[in-house]
Amino acid sequence: MLIKQAPDIRSSEITDKKLYVNRREFMRSATVAAAAAATGAGVLAGTSASLEAAAPAPHGRKLENVQKSPLSLTDEKPNSWDQITTYNNFYEFGTDKESPSLYAKALKTEPWKVVIEGECAKPAAYQLEDLLKGVTLEERIYRLRCVEAWSMVIPWVGFPLSEVLKRAEPTGKAKFVQFDTAFDPASMIGVRQPVLRWPYTEGLRMDEAMHPLAILAVGLYGEEMPKQDGAPIRLIVPWKYGFKSIKSIVKIRFTERQPLNTWQEMQAGEYGFYSNVNPTVDHPRWTQASERRIGEFFRRKTLMFNGYADQVASLYTGMDLKKNY
Amino acid sequence: MSPSMVKWVLKPAVFLAGLGPLTWIVWAGLTGNLSANPLSDITNETGLWALRFLAITLAITPIRRLTGWQPIIRFRRMVGNYAFFYGTLHFLIYVIADRFAALDFPDGIVAWSTVGNLIASVGEDIYKRPFITIGFTTWLILLPLAVTSTAGWIRRLGGRRWQLLHRAVYIAGITAIVHYWWLVKADTSSPFRYAVIIGTLLLARMAWARMRATKTQRPSPTVRVSAAAPPR
Repeated sequence: MLIKQAPDIRSSEITDKKLYVNRREFMRSATVAAAAAATGAGVLAGTSASLEAAAPAPHGRKLENVQKSPLSLTDEKPNSWDQITTYNNFYEFGTDKESPSLYAKALKTEPWKVVIEGECAKPAAYQLEDLLKGVTLEERIYRLRCVEAWSMVIPWVGFPLSEVLKRAEPTGKAKFVQFDTAFDPASMIGVRQPVLRWPYTEGLRMDEAMHPLAILAVGLYGEEMPKQDGAPIRLIVPWKYGFKSIKSIVKIRFTERQPLNTWQEMQAGEYGFYSNVNPTVDHPRWTQASERRIGEFFRRKTLMFNGYADQVASLYTGMDLKKNY
Repeated sequence: MSPSMVKWVLKPAVFLAGLGPLTWIVWAGLTGNLSANPLSDITNETGLWALRFLAITLAITPIRRLTGWQPIIRFRRMVGNYAFFYGTLHFLIYVIADRFAALDFPDGIVAWSTVGNLIASVGEDIYKRPFITIGFTTWLILLPLAVTSTAGWIRRLGGRRWQLLHRAVYIAGITAIVHYWWLVKADTSSPFRYAVIIGTLLLARMAWARMRATKTQRPSPTVRVSAAAPPR
């Protein structure tokens, strides 16, 4: 496996004490915590079941040989590990923001299989470690803009999606790429309700998928991807709203027709196929002109294509982005 | 339970309980026990508590009828005013965190232009976004009810007119649910639960009103009107 074992004491074990004190669980176990603190045991050493449950998925293994990338942001401060791993939209593990950090640990990510199929010469079912063979991991510090008008800056670790796609040798009929998230009612408490149509599905046009900014991410802050953030492998398309960046991918399919992504299927008037970040096209129910960067009070002006217009605007030349939202 | 017990023990206890959610929100905010987006949490929590107190207000008369415990009616005003209190906090936090925080400040923050821009921004949002429109409507309905909740206002308006006015709380119950429903993205389970609770409470009242109307032995039209009025 490409992902190597980290040394015994990880820096992550020393930091982020606050991580272990989730709000709701904290409320429930406040007395236990107070007692533990009073006896000097501290919250970390808490042995009660409720405190155990309060700890989100622990930090994962360190990723080796991660290269810097010129495509990373340099002038915006990344959000903290804490923020990135406790404030998640991952409906497979519940619709509250903190639910994924509480429940995603049930997801079994080893072994992990990714099926590549459809309009290509070399369809295959890869074990994750085989899929990662020969790729160079890069740190990509990107903005992430949620359709709900909040944003973060996140230091992903990944590699260009195009590398995997090229390997499959898509045919001339391959006009789009469809992605599926894992669907496992046993470990995913959220899929037991029909909140969305499962499995969660997303799609990109072929040229979007081949764009150098589009990556498959396997890590965060130099460490293996936390489960609540879409472990073990997820898509990152930084110029689109966050829901396009599908998590915990098990299937990649080349198609001739435009795939119907889950949110479009759910509410086509509000969520389109393209879903490019666009401050001039409001969500029918709220403005997309500004956003709250997590950790800040004043809202920022949302940038066209989330600030990646120089790189990606040419993909949409001649398209009416008000219609193709 | 003796009246003095209700007045000196139970009422202060309920008053303090009503401050509980606010205390909790402030405490959680100060100690970092909200999510990574605390402003969103505070907005949501104050809105939810307004809805909860609204539901409790609407439940008081049905509870009194079912249990026959009359003193409970003495808490209705307090609980109703808490609904307005949390609704007002909810609105103010939206104005600050959602509208004020997104303004440009061409003349600095402390300037008349800031006031003008803020009013324009709130007004535009209320006009443009249906879920904001209906949320604001809910607050506007509750406003006169809170103002006229005193004994003085009951006297001034007269019991009949006062009661008629305060029936607007049923409408507020419905508009509050619609506001919540229109706001969620996909998971309507929480607004649905509140819709069931408030819907049941409203239906119960309608059923009782109907029962009373029919029980009052085929009266003349004038008597009928008074019989249809909700019980006090």
